[in-house]
Amino acid sequence: MRILIVGGGMGGTILANNLARRLQGELKSGKVRLTMLSATDKHMYQPGLLYLAFGRSTPDELYRDQASLLEPGINFFADPVEQFMLDQNQVKTKSGKTYDYDVIAIATGSRMVPELIPGLAENAETFYTEESAVKMFRRLQGFTGGRVVITVGVPHKCPMAPLEITFMLHDYFKDRGILDKVKLHYTYPIGRVHSLENVAKWAAPEFDRLGITYETLFNMKEVDGKNQILRSEEGSDTPYDLLISIPAHRGMEVIEKGGLGTGGFIPTHRHTLNMEGRANVFVLGDTTNLPISKAGSTAHFEAEALGENIAAMFKLGAPVREYDGKVFCFIEAGKDRATYAMFDYLNPPDPKAPTKAMHWFKMAYNKLYWVSARGLL
Amino acid sequence: MAQKTIIDARGSFCPGPLMELIAGIKMAQVGDELEVLSSDKGSANDIPEWIKKVGHEMLETREEAGVWHITVRKAK
Repeated sequence: MRILIVGGGMGGTILANNLARRLQGELKSGKVRLTMLSATDKHMYQPGLLYLAFGRSTPDELYRDQASLLEPGINFFADPVEQFMLDQNQVKTKSGKTYDYDVIAIATGSRMVPELIPGLAENAETFYTEESAVKMFRRLQGFTGGRVVITVGVPHKCPMAPLEITFMLHDYFKDRGILDKVKLHYTYPIGRVHSLENVAKWAAPEFDRLGITYETLFNMKEVDGKNQILRSEEGSDTPYDLLISIPAHRGMEVIEKGGLGTGGFIPTHRHTLNMEGRANVFVLGDTTNLPISKAGSTAHFEAEALGENIAAMFKLGAPVREYDGKVFCFIEAGKDRATYAMFDYLNPPDPKAPTKAMHWFKMAYNKLYWVSARGLL
Repeated sequence: MAQKTIIDARGSFCPGPLMELIAGIKMAQVGDELEVLSSDKGSANDIPEWIKKVGHEMLETREEAGVWHITVRKAK
């Protein structure tokens, strides 16, 4: 059996390592061949970008060599797929090679697309890439006061990021001694300050307590950089001196151009993680069109379910479990306090009051991630 | 040609049915219909509220076996 994993982010990497362990004997005997194709030979810990934007991490801390994270027996190539030929069970890569498979897992991820909102890319700071996070850090360093507006596009990667960046901005300006010169204003697309109702019930009073104002039902329409005004689809304008954006995301171009899914998100069965209509094609992480968080933990839990199932398909002839929609998200509530939200398709989260202990757990996880990517945690 | 898209947001706590609809509308063409399936009865209120505020068109809201079917048309 030839298993091909496309994408070397969290989902693809955990899946590859999970399968390599479960099928160790089969890989050694040659009954199974496991190949990973990724766009790069580096692996980035993407949640670290949040800290990079505040100078609390440096770029080099966010990367490892992808090959160093993979179990023996995985054939890894930094050679991005440029064409999926699902009817032929083949992909074609940038180098011109063609790879055949019996089972394929697509985990190519998502990317921010600030260019969809006129004026956003030119006038807002963000932190979803190394370059933009470093730029935001430098901008924050030079900021001496004014109205800071946080704005959120949909869908976006990391649903806690809007709250986290806001609370961390508050503490950042407080530590610099300029909080009295800063007005933080948060905007959010739906009618409360977070999509998770219980999280919103906790966060809104926190905003009130900290003097952070907010406007809900606010979806970005355009940014007037000359006059420093952010306009919403709902018809309101908000002025800013510093605009921080959580831009909308899309799946990868190769997915959309190949006709695999609108916006680059592939229609996926919520329990089996099959691409709709394709028995030997699986999808995980941000690449799915599932109505769940685009987050590393989603990819992690999907990868664990999928690893077990693909191995069982080989050993038992059928999958053995369903993905239940499990997601776990840390929520930084400032510079030194955090809480978390854990939920699945049936059970909403019940976040607790933030603690310093949970913040330090998050700090520890920032290092433990590399163990997690290896499929050990 | 206008299309109809089903957004199956049953069991979606995050991002939730309205956020899924907003994302879907942004990727749709003017005139397209989008039908949201939601297991959250709150969707029957918050989706029409947003649709009205932005200026899209509400077509139908019905409940069937505990699932809300809310159909809208992208108007601009």
